[in-house]
Amino acid sequence: MKKLLFLGLFGLMAAVTYAGGYRVSLQGQRSLAMGHTGVAVVNNAELAFFNPAGLVYLENKINVAAGASAVFSNVKYQNSEFGLSSETDSPVGTPFYVYGSYRVNDWLSLGLAAYTPYGSSVEWPTDWAGSHLVNNIDLQAIYIQALASVKISDKISVGGGPIYVNGSVNFNRNLNRTLTDIDGNRSNVTVDASGVSAFGWSASAMYNATEDLRFGVNYRSEIIVEAEDGDATFENIPNSPLTPFQDTNFDASLPMPAELSVGVSYKLLDKWLLAFDYNMTYWDAYKSLDLDFANPQIPDSKNPRNYKNSSTYRFGMQYLANETITLRVGYYFDESPVQSGYFAPETPRNDAHGFTGGLSVNINDRFSIDAAFLYNRYEEVDESYAPNPGDFPNYEGAPFKGTYKTSAFIPGLGVTYKL
Amino acid sequence: MKNYFKYIAIMALGIVSCEPEFDNPVDEKDAYTNGEADFSRYVALGNSLTAGYADNALYITGQENAYPNILAQQFEKTQDIEEFTIPFMSDNAGGLLLAGNQITQNRLVLAVDANGDPSPRVYTGMQPTTEVGNVLQGPFSNLGVPGAKSYHLGFSGYGNVQNLATQSANPYFVRFASSPEATVLEDALAQNPTFFSLWIGNNDVLGYATSGGTGVDQTNNTDPTTYGENDITDPNVFGSLYSQMVQSLATNASGGVLINIPDVASVPFFTTVPINAIPLDAATAGALNQQFSAYNTQVLPGLVQAGFITAEEAQARQINFAEGQNYVTLQDESLTDISQVVQGQPFNLDPQTAALLSQLRQATPTDLIPLTSAGFLGTIVGDNPNMVNGVSVPLGDQHVLTNAEQSLIRNATQKYNQIIAGLAQANGLAFIDANAMLNQLANGGIPYDGGTITSTFATGGAFSLDGIHLTPRGNAVIANEIISTINETYNADIPKVNPGSYATVTASNEVQ
Repeated sequence: MKKLLFLGLFGLMAAVTYAGGYRVSLQGQRSLAMGHTGVAVVNNAELAFFNPAGLVYLENKINVAAGASAVFSNVKYQNSEFGLSSETDSPVGTPFYVYGSYRVNDWLSLGLAAYTPYGSSVEWPTDWAGSHLVNNIDLQAIYIQALASVKISDKISVGGGPIYVNGSVNFNRNLNRTLTDIDGNRSNVTVDASGVSAFGWSASAMYNATEDLRFGVNYRSEIIVEAEDGDATFENIPNSPLTPFQDTNFDASLPMPAELSVGVSYKLLDKWLLAFDYNMTYWDAYKSLDLDFANPQIPDSKNPRNYKNSSTYRFGMQYLANETITLRVGYYFDESPVQSGYFAPETPRNDAHGFTGGLSVNINDRFSIDAAFLYNRYEEVDESYAPNPGDFPNYEGAPFKGTYKTSAFIPGLGVTYKL
Repeated sequence: MKNYFKYIAIMALGIVSCEPEFDNPVDEKDAYTNGEADFSRYVALGNSLTAGYADNALYITGQENAYPNILAQQFEKTQDIEEFTIPFMSDNAGGLLLAGNQITQNRLVLAVDANGDPSPRVYTGMQPTTEVGNVLQGPFSNLGVPGAKSYHLGFSGYGNVQNLATQSANPYFVRFASSPEATVLEDALAQNPTFFSLWIGNNDVLGYATSGGTGVDQTNNTDPTTYGENDITDPNVFGSLYSQMVQSLATNASGGVLINIPDVASVPFFTTVPINAIPLDAATAGALNQQFSAYNTQVLPGLVQAGFITAEEAQARQINFAEGQNYVTLQDESLTDISQVVQGQPFNLDPQTAALLSQLRQATPTDLIPLTSAGFLGTIVGDNPNMVNGVSVPLGDQHVLTNAEQSLIRNATQKYNQIIAGLAQANGLAFIDANAMLNQLANGGIPYDGGTITSTFATGGAFSLDGIHLTPRGNAVIANEIISTINETYNADIPKVNPGSYATVTASNEVQ
């Protein structure tokens, strides 16, 4: 009986938490510079991600776009009641994309795409105030997709293709707020899984109402990444049957939620292009992150997330300055999928205002360099991680409260090649 | 063209240098305030509670989580302070060595036996390495000395290794006294503290209590050099020494904290073992009652009739068992010794029975059994199943703190606490009612963000495995109480700590 009680005390296992909204919308420098719009824009091979149906409208036979961004993002946490403060020292994230399309004939283009729409990398100081929720996390997922784009008429095309995902996760947190070994070293667990694969698809359509007015819709399916036999490594565990934590394997699944985009673009006075996209990300698939440990002595870990579907509103504008230079600006409002009371510090994300800008420089007829930057503005937010016991009766952890402030500056460079 | 690249590079640089900033960052010194107090040199005086002693030993993590160190960390959020120095032990095993020989036990840890039942056991996972003879270089901000009584803080020679043999020195103070003849108080004053805390006097009654009242109440004996380890200190001795200490500390300091003495009966050391700890079935109870029948119905009334004891005492000495839980039996030194008289006419009892009955009585709900006697109750004497400790063999004085002994402690504690409260008021110092606080822990507990902290042994969160000293979480609770009192007294704004982030007891099966 007493043993059970102690197990219960130590049973707040592994809140593996992969980030509040681990969607990383950096899938093309030209689109990003325009507020990451693109579902109704025919510009370059970035269409492979934004709307594969549009690939068939690209003028050249071969189109390639590739690039990468550098994500400088840090989060500060503080709690004024207890005078606590911490700041992440996260490594610079480098999401990338490579797209290529080949026009087979007048009505068919084929393509290949590799991109990283989901990921997260956050490093808090070890043993910080919220270390029972996360010390550090690194989540990566690479999407590789084969594409077909079919022109049905001059006005309508459809596209899409299967997606292969290869993902990995490495996550460390302390077992709870106080458990240590005899020397006071905090007991912690690292879960690690790599080479996890899964499949999905995307499908899209484009409609050219007039020469200047386009509409687009794109849907990318939910992909559940299921980690099997990942490694769970326990450190600094007291030598006691009361804390039966031993290295073991775990199974867990994590949704890469479905995303629906609809948008419109309008060409104005030849030199101007206006674009609007609306994204709906179906985050409600992410109710709880559950880790099932192979060792039956170790209680399974249930970590409520309770995300909600979230919308993003994107606005972009392009101006052809001259033969060489194209300038772009944009803005978006990104609604957080994290609900109040479920604000966990893996990627504490509240609503963001994204301000974007960038340019393309045509080096020659075939080759151009695309640059973009994104500045995300987050409001300071007072939030807590305190799952509602009515919805998640098995969660036993204490609430974790504080004030968060996030910053994100993301420069990126890419190239466009057409032949 | 080159210009464009230049702009991109500048843009990227600007991006790297931007950091998130709060409107009101708490990690800047103006976020909180020290008010009228100056914490730049804070010195803590006291005993084991101040040193961070826990689980029957002093060890590093206990020292780190002692309330003075918690306070110093919070003080630092209001102003720049000098480093709060601690005479750290060498390890987390806790035992002391004197010339290589272990003189105090290692810490207790929560171990689990083959049946899955947890209990406190002595940790053996590593050898103790703290040698008393290795004197540490001070000065030290935490001057808490485990075992110190009020009058020890002014004892010259209390830190002299030569005096350990005569027990007039303390091995913990030997480790860090600035010189063999320096007193604890001198070592404090030499640092010219700007702020101090004083929590002393617990051991002036605690030794008496934990020994089951084997010592002497020294009230009216004003010479502490004649006191034994388990005696109760005369409140006048306490008062005059305590007031001298407060005067000398307060003279040059901006302020200080005086902490009063909790009622020892509220700690799990005395509240964990039930006084009716003896389970009996109907047959055994009946047989025992048979044995005591002549004692209850003939011997006791006969003694009253002979005027040897009062009717009241006879009533108190009745022995009765019943099916279920029964009160233990004990020898109570406050009762009349009847061992001689019952050997004579008309009782004619044999010497062995007479010795058993000499000061026999059955416990009442107001008697207390020390935690350390838990394993003794119900054991059998000399392989004789009829000789059961606490039943047929009464418990000795050291195994029970009787109600009469408790009232001696209560009287002394009350007087100490009046003195402490009076001096706090007279000197404008912050006064912490630790007595009220520990009573609250024992009666309902203190809520925190993970539940309620109570005095319940091992699981309540406040008390370490020795049942007397606080866990880190218990220290956090005390520290919070001190912080709110300082905030009120000195018009300061010091943030509290979250008790939920502080540990309780440590589990380990590395035990003998």
